[in-house]
Amino acid sequence: MIDIEKEAARIAEQGESAPRLARDPVNLPMINNWLEALGDRHPGYTEVAPPAMVQVWTMGGLHGQRTLDDPLGAMMKILDEAGFTSVVATNSDQTYHRYLRVGEHLSVTSTLEDVTGPKKTALGEGWFVTTRSTWYVGDEPVAEMRFRVLKFRPAEKAVQQPEAPKAQAIRPSINRDTEYFWDGCREGELRIQRCGGCGLLRHPPGPMCPECGATKPKYLVSDGRGVVYSYVVHHHPQVPGKQTPFVVALVELDEGVRMLGELDGEPSIGLPVEVVFTKVDDELTMPSWRPRADR
Amino acid sequence: MRIGDSLPEWHVEATPTFVISTAIATRDFQDVHHDRDLAIQRGSKDIFINILTTTGLVQRYVTDWAGPEALVRQVNIRLGAPCYAYDTLKFFGQVIGRSDQDLTIEVVGRTGHGDHVTGTVKIEVPA
Repeated sequence: MIDIEKEAARIAEQGESAPRLARDPVNLPMINNWLEALGDRHPGYTEVAPPAMVQVWTMGGLHGQRTLDDPLGAMMKILDEAGFTSVVATNSDQTYHRYLRVGEHLSVTSTLEDVTGPKKTALGEGWFVTTRSTWYVGDEPVAEMRFRVLKFRPAEKAVQQPEAPKAQAIRPSINRDTEYFWDGCREGELRIQRCGGCGLLRHPPGPMCPECGATKPKYLVSDGRGVVYSYVVHHHPQVPGKQTPFVVALVELDEGVRMLGELDGEPSIGLPVEVVFTKVDDELTMPSWRPRADR
Repeated sequence: MRIGDSLPEWHVEATPTFVISTAIATRDFQDVHHDRDLAIQRGSKDIFINILTTTGLVQRYVTDWAGPEALVRQVNIRLGAPCYAYDTLKFFGQVIGRSDQDLTIEVVGRTGHGDHVTGTVKIEVPA
């Protein structure tokens, strides 16, 4: 059993690692590459470097290896051995004491500041490891960074697909206002309520026309084609009879009304879709959407 | 520039070219930032933006708004959901503190998967 706190204290006691010199002095070609890649048109970086580049100067490069006295590397190794094998960075706090001039040659040191845990996180149980890096020009500290990572044991349950609840799918409550709709689904028709008075199309159905007040609704049969107007991806909570995540899309039908339904496919606003009918049992057929093949 | 002022929303299209060229320009050669096959093998959806680039984008968002005379003193960020290739990274910001020439700006960078970065930037503006 590894005593993580004791190991952390031992590494922290070693203090600041030996300075590691940057490969190159602060230079314009690397500044310009950085500005170009990030699309930064700031005109001021002709003699000084963008402050956020500070870490770039001392990166290990393509074949870089951690130095033996690097405290983050040492702590990662201990946590690996203790079974906390995954890592994710959580915080980077950089302070720039001054701007760095072209030609200045940086070095960097690192200390282990803090190791806290074990903590239960969404990713799994783990330890937060905080290091402090200090950049120097000669003996002058010019920038600092507190950097925190979470070193964790991946939570197996979090990556497994949650089991679909055994309970039966939720059924619609069918009443006199909505009966025509579900009857239509059983027959493979997507029906839109139409006012018997003024002809206004409306969905969801109701007993009275909001436009003219008539209470004799009829319906027309939609072509069942439209585009995604909005959608949600439902992850939580679990829904009886459903495997999460699933997509619920609000579709604007070609006839002009909007209708909700599950979408089987990658959702996006404006995606052309068409209706499909899925028979659940003799009583119930559910309409849903799928991307159109002709889009 | 007063407390409560909002920064204009800014969208970054994280194309594969963007993800890769910024990773290389920040001298970060980890494969998850340029090799999609390996990124997927390691459990990611795609290649994703590296931290040094996120820091640089947060700085750029603030200096684009504050102007080239502003001096950047601090960038403190908290990292969330990865920003994958083909994501649109949307930045929002607001001034949350001011004392004389020192401003604190709160920044959020968000993709469809959630907050990629939240944090504060401290700058000094000319008198």
